[in-house]
Amino acid sequence: MLQEEQQVFSPPEALVDTPTHFCPGCHHGIVHRLVAEVLDRLRVAQDTICVASVGCSVFIYNYLHVDAVEAPHGRAAAVATGVRRARPESIVFTYQGDGDLAAIGLAEILYTANRGENMTVVFVNNTVYGMTGGQLAPTTMVGQKTTTSQQGRRFETDGAPLRMAEIIAGLPGTVYSARVAVDTVQHIKKARKVLLKGFTNQVENRGFSFVEFLSACPTNWRLSPLEANERVGKELIRAFPLGIFKDQESGGPDTESRRSE
Amino acid sequence: MKTEKASLLVKGNEAIALGAMAAGCECYFAYPITPQSEIPEMLSRILVEAGGEFVQAESEIAAANMLLGATACGKRAMTSSSSPGISLKQEAISYMAGSQLPAVIVNVCRGGPGLGSIDPSQGDYYQSTRGGGHGDYRTLTLAPASCQEAYDQTIQAFDLAFRYRNPVVVLGDAILGQMKEPIQAWKERAIQDSRGLSWSLSGARGRKPRLLKSLYLSDGALAGHNRLLQEKYQAMRVECDWEAYKTDDAELIIVAFGSMGRISKSAVRQLRERGLPVGLFRPITLFPFPDEPLAKLAEEGKRFLTIENNAGQMVDDVRLAVRRQSDSELYSVLPGILANPTDLLEPIQRVLHT
Amino acid sequence: MYQDVIIAGFGGQGVMLIGNVVAFAAMEQKLRVTFMPVYGVEMRGGTANCTVVISDEEIGSPIIFSPQTSILMNQPSVEKFQSRLEDGGVQLVNASIVDADLLEQDRIRTISVPANELADELGSVKMANMVMLGAWLQATGCLPLKAVQAALGQVFGEHNARLIPLNQKGLERGAAFVASQAERPVL
Repeated sequence: MLQEEQQVFSPPEALVDTPTHFCPGCHHGIVHRLVAEVLDRLRVAQDTICVASVGCSVFIYNYLHVDAVEAPHGRAAAVATGVRRARPESIVFTYQGDGDLAAIGLAEILYTANRGENMTVVFVNNTVYGMTGGQLAPTTMVGQKTTTSQQGRRFETDGAPLRMAEIIAGLPGTVYSARVAVDTVQHIKKARKVLLKGFTNQVENRGFSFVEFLSACPTNWRLSPLEANERVGKELIRAFPLGIFKDQESGGPDTESRRSE
Repeated sequence: MKTEKASLLVKGNEAIALGAMAAGCECYFAYPITPQSEIPEMLSRILVEAGGEFVQAESEIAAANMLLGATACGKRAMTSSSSPGISLKQEAISYMAGSQLPAVIVNVCRGGPGLGSIDPSQGDYYQSTRGGGHGDYRTLTLAPASCQEAYDQTIQAFDLAFRYRNPVVVLGDAILGQMKEPIQAWKERAIQDSRGLSWSLSGARGRKPRLLKSLYLSDGALAGHNRLLQEKYQAMRVECDWEAYKTDDAELIIVAFGSMGRISKSAVRQLRERGLPVGLFRPITLFPFPDEPLAKLAEEGKRFLTIENNAGQMVDDVRLAVRRQSDSELYSVLPGILANPTDLLEPIQRVLHT
Repeated sequence: MYQDVIIAGFGGQGVMLIGNVVAFAAMEQKLRVTFMPVYGVEMRGGTANCTVVISDEEIGSPIIFSPQTSILMNQPSVEKFQSRLEDGGVQLVNASIVDADLLEQDRIRTISVPANELADELGSVKMANMVMLGAWLQATGCLPLKAVQAALGQVFGEHNARLIPLNQKGLERGAAFVASQAERPVL
């Protein structure tokens, strides 16, 4: 007997049904989808204000059914602070790449975390400036070749990559800081759980949550999508360990960071 | 509605803070800098007591971007600083102009360039009236000359910002910021409901999502956006405001704004007592610049002397305004020199008698 | 009616305070008034000064190069401001700590007030500023002494309310000193 069709899968409602501008093999699309799934799960998409940043990530507002404002390069956390203070009842998140958040916007992200602003930061780390053509980023690994470190990043001249999830975890204002990857199904499932926690914290008014996604950039890494995906597992995770670096009930001057998992 | 109230003896900076409160400012973001620190000091107390939000930001840049975020939500919001700090805010001001956000920015101007000094200066005239940051944009610019005007024009700045969805600069200087005068704080604090606005962000419940941005990449989109902005800047011309003092029978008209306007007024009075035919034209809006009334005075055969506490900036606008019939001389009081009426008497007479 | 004054002295002599008191009293008398302090770097050490302009008409400049009157609380203030006083102007000088040989008497009128001694007699040398202000009020007649005494309460606030009676006495002492020197106001 023919069973009645039962839908077991559908795209998230918060996600706009449209092709993206991202390159083949880019992980932004997966992260967008996870954000949409979490907003649906918490039923908050219609209460959400997204703060977009500068770089490949800017077009997130084309892919999510949420109110959005565009921040200048690096300033998303400061803009989100203004949004948060103006709309205490809204859900506020920033979506930022590594150049934006960890170089030009380092002061803004540190101070926003340290104030314990009740918001969620989605940080996509692909170790290069993507939109401008693959230049050395604050998270470029030592030895990694980019268009402005053509012999590979040298610690002696370029310093070392910043591990943002660990740095943010060290701030008293942070309640939650974690690093995830989306290169395997297992990692994606884990990432969804972590991101859900990052937004749930905000819904429950706990404070500042930070989720770093390791992401592939096949175009600027000069790799095929599959090779780029493999590199995340082989190289990036070694340089940027996955984990939850802080997870607590609330932020405050006396809280200690602790590592779980 | 104006209701008679007891006078308050306050600094110009405090008058600005009280004006922001009266205007219903709900969010204020700032970073300390002389000579405007009385504004954050006062608002950190009275705004927060009234249920508003104050953040002492990690930088001028962050403060301006917090302003961007709050105004994107349709809230009446403000930042204030002095010249070096205003330079740092220009990035966000350009974005707010491009995204059409109703921000109020107070600049209690000090001497430059660079770190300059904390002395009074009008050296940020170009910066305020030409946009100040990158791209083709303008900010409405108001130039109060007294503590009462500082109060009144701060209220007006919020109204104009929302009328045009555009950043508005209140351009004072260290004299105005630090001097005390009685003011009538006539307006009761009234909070505007931001929910009714057609553009502000609050979450897309029951409506389509809204986007506030300044990025226009598709074919022709940026040109269209710029056209719209330019039309808006033209429409602002109806807001032109100025004070004309004894200009009717004057042969020589002093053009000066802000504190230099009132210092010049004393000089004009003294010269009038000696029977000399001089008058004062004080632009109150610097952008839009009141060029039509100046052109009319030029048609009547008047001559002009622009006096500024800078190396000569507004004089460009005066010359443009009167160019068909006349020109303007310039008397420049360089930043670092505290202007006084006595020093103006000789240069005014020199121009009058040439 | 128009009256301007530059008040100058060491930081800590209460120069800004008496400027504020005069401005407040003028406001309460429904007059126009501006109070312009020097501030910031110049205030640390050296001479502190402020300019007060009182008028029954709109005031133009709050900054005056050549004032009609001055209250000079120390020697550096005399060195800086005496020559700037307008011809025929009146300066009130704290004779307790100013070299009498420096003082002009022809171009301008100088009233020497032994402010520190008079204040000491009242029990506190800190009252020297009020003595000088009282002397200035008597010399200029521009505001009623009672109005200025009343203004003290507003300017001092509750925290310092206990200091008001002594300061009021300081004002009276300065006024009485000038009254004993001249039959009528000098302006």
